[in-house]
Amino acid sequence: MNGPQDLGGQMGFGPVAPETNEPIFHAEWEKRALGLTLAAGGMGHWNIDESRHARESLHPADYYASSYYEIWIKALEVLLKRHGFVSSEELASGHKLNPGAPAKRKLEAADVAGVLARGGPCNRPVSSQPRFKAGDRVRTKNFNPTGHTRLPRYARGKTGVIDAVSEGFVFPDVNAHGKGENPQWVYTVVFDAHEIWGEGADPTLTISIDAWESYLEPA
Amino acid sequence: MLPRDPGQTNLAGMSHDHHHDHDNDLDPMAARVRALETILTEKGLIDPAAIDAIVETYETKVGPRNGARVVAKAWADADYADWLRRDATAAIASLGFSGRQGEHMQAVFNTPDTHNLVVCTLCSCYPWSVLGLPPVWYKAPPYRSRAVIDPRGVLEEFGLTLPPDTKIRVWDSTAELRYLVVPMRPEGTEGWDETRLAELVSRDSMIGTALARQAEAA
Repeated sequence: MNGPQDLGGQMGFGPVAPETNEPIFHAEWEKRALGLTLAAGGMGHWNIDESRHARESLHPADYYASSYYEIWIKALEVLLKRHGFVSSEELASGHKLNPGAPAKRKLEAADVAGVLARGGPCNRPVSSQPRFKAGDRVRTKNFNPTGHTRLPRYARGKTGVIDAVSEGFVFPDVNAHGKGENPQWVYTVVFDAHEIWGEGADPTLTISIDAWESYLEPA
Repeated sequence: MLPRDPGQTNLAGMSHDHHHDHDNDLDPMAARVRALETILTEKGLIDPAAIDAIVETYETKVGPRNGARVVAKAWADADYADWLRRDATAAIASLGFSGRQGEHMQAVFNTPDTHNLVVCTLCSCYPWSVLGLPPVWYKAPPYRSRAVIDPRGVLEEFGLTLPPDTKIRVWDSTAELRYLVVPMRPEGTEGWDETRLAELVSRDSMIGTALARQAEAA
């Protein structure tokens, strides 16, 4: 979706503000926000693509008015409500008011180290051969889906070159919406800055994205 | 007005208008997160001790020292550097660094001709297994919006001015590959062991917003 998350090339946000000796967390609640997001994800009722889509589906004014951990928590509330684990009344009261849906799994403290060490690999076997090979010229799709996608607006309808063939990966555009993993080949596609930004582009700059096969056509 | 705290600014770069009292109960986000944790705990859906364990992992075990070890080893050991170039996930796992947000790694090597810079314009994708949790600026709109269109301007804001003819390659982490920049080894470090070399490798040098520290500065 053309949401607030799709920031490449946007203007007006001002300079980057690196913080000297930045702490890992800036408030105690940020620690709990991180842990809650991972522990609730560990219940196994949504995938990372649905999580990302919940975050980018916040109202743009809310998204830009929130820190990143605030975005995580607001999206987590959406996911927990969508899947029947909490109600708006419970969030308002701060306590359990009804049993709610049962979870498939519960992340126990003793299992945290193993779960984090395993992570959640998203590579999958794909039965077809890759359509493209390194060096092929490709054109990215021009589309504006209302659902989740990982093809940023700045890289739509642009011609680039396949830099590398990666692996098969879960396709987020459908997986975010509960329609299965449908893995596709992923390619690193590199573009000259002039192709992306046109007049005035930095002549020394190239930009690459990682693109699923259905985002690409031969050029 | 409280002093500006970059960690508490929102994504638009504006300070919140609520006050951050010493008592977290007065902070709306602290109250909101506590309510959520309370409800999920009362329902038996989460274990607060698991949250403690997650936080401890990223406060004490997983951070940019991991990535610095990878880079130092690549500098000191040409065979390892070659492995890292071909199969970063396996080469990094051989040092014990793997898992969440590091499942699919790719190392990109700076050269005298080309400087690499990593961004996630669409969210906050970052190689946790080697760099830990991302800094606030990496997740905020100024960096995410400009790294792809004005990387030289962004690097200037980090105090890094590249020669005008240096090529810049920006890697936008739009899929599940996670990128680790291998900065160039500083001059004057011949014969240094990996532990000493690792001290030269800052977090930002592995994102691409800095170079490795110079030997005399270490």
